[in-house]
Amino acid sequence: MTLLAADTPSCYSRFVNEWFCWQYVDDRQDEIVDALVEHIGITLAAIVFGLVIAFPLALVARRMPRLESTILALSTGLYTVPSLALLPLLVPFTGLSATTVVIGLGLYALTILVRAFLDGLRSVPDDVRESAVGLGYGSGRLLVRVELPLAMPVIMAGLRVATVSTVALTTVGTLVANGGLGNLISHGVQRDFRAELLTAAVLCVLLAVLLDVLLVLTQRLLTPWTRGAHS
Amino acid sequence: MNLFAETWRYLLDGSNWTENGGFLSRLVEQLLVSFTALGLAMAIGLPIALWLGHLGRGGFLAINISNVGRAVPTFALLALLVTLDWPGSGYFGPYGRAGLATLIALGLFALPPLITNAYVAVREVPLEIRQAADGMGMSGAQKFWRVELPLSMPLVMSGVRLALVQVWATSTIAALVAGPGVGRIITEGFATNTYSQGMAGAVVVAAVALVLELLAAVAQRLVDPVPRARAGSSPNREEQLSEPRPKVAEAADTVGR
Repeated sequence: MTLLAADTPSCYSRFVNEWFCWQYVDDRQDEIVDALVEHIGITLAAIVFGLVIAFPLALVARRMPRLESTILALSTGLYTVPSLALLPLLVPFTGLSATTVVIGLGLYALTILVRAFLDGLRSVPDDVRESAVGLGYGSGRLLVRVELPLAMPVIMAGLRVATVSTVALTTVGTLVANGGLGNLISHGVQRDFRAELLTAAVLCVLLAVLLDVLLVLTQRLLTPWTRGAHS
Repeated sequence: MNLFAETWRYLLDGSNWTENGGFLSRLVEQLLVSFTALGLAMAIGLPIALWLGHLGRGGFLAINISNVGRAVPTFALLALLVTLDWPGSGYFGPYGRAGLATLIALGLFALPPLITNAYVAVREVPLEIRQAADGMGMSGAQKFWRVELPLSMPLVMSGVRLALVQVWATSTIAALVAGPGVGRIITEGFATNTYSQGMAGAVVVAAVALVLELLAAVAQRLVDPVPRARAGSSPNREEQLSEPRPKVAEAADTVGR
């Protein structure tokens, strides 16, 4: 009995169970960092996966207007499927792995990104495109040197939306045991472990904000000509 | 694949639908909680957003609330609400704390798309139309009820549609914190390694999501004062403001997508 009394309960013991507890963060640093790294890894992989598929899809949709509505309808339909239902549907193909989460979240990001690419490319003024053609630009060089840079603000806006929502959705990956910080949240709910739960939730939001800020800075670097117009 | 066959068998088994905690009772639970939350969010969010849009104030807040809503993981908020000491009893079941926590979280996540779209919808009504309304001697309230509101309906409805999709997705995730709904069938399947059950639940949730989206799309078309297919609907209303209306419809398209 004296042993229990002598050992003053830390703020995350079962008896105290405080919401904020630095000692928890200190003691379980490794676990938290691991979860955070997994979270970032899944998020980035999903975004890259979405980008890699969205770009050619958008180009195809632009080239063939008849396919555009089909592509948009399919991706919108996909977006309405709740994440908790999409992951089980992927399990037969990729099993209980991080790949399942990456593909699922990538498909959500895809919807936003295809729209962003299409809207962005469409926002390029026709006279600019025509003068580039008049200067002798072929379609490849026109896309890379003229259209993409001018479409960048719209594309980056879409990328920001996709990134922020992917960070949040990654937590659902806990269903297949690969949810990054979501695993901590789910463990925290099951054990009624408040410090763990809140730490993971706060880290999630901070990560989303951080990535968003990074993207804004990247956009400033990529499109220096917009700075004067906006600020 | 064997798993597909098993899933199909699970879906065809009638007892999986009718038993206590089967698909039907879970569906009723989830639909009830989803539509209650959506209704509450609409009752709170829409009047505020429409009013702000009418005044032309608070735009920064109305637009940015969507960004905030996106950054907060639904799962984390649900988990926080369930672990709190309030509201509801300590009973950790579908109608106890988890149910109330689900309802609150759903309502909160339905608000951002509702508010942003409703605000933008009213702001998007062209200046000429407002000025015409002023010139006709309409009071502020008349202008709102008879000009701005009808013209902004399609975009408001697209906000409701987004909110519905969001609410359905979130109410599924509620199963991860033992909340009500079909998501429970999915999480139970995964917890007991019966993946066919998890898959079957996922199929049902996805199918209902698509049906809800379709219904919302139909509803959105019905409230549009400028129906895209012009044939057949309310010709006399069309005459009164026929000139500037297409502009609003276009604007609604670019924003509401």
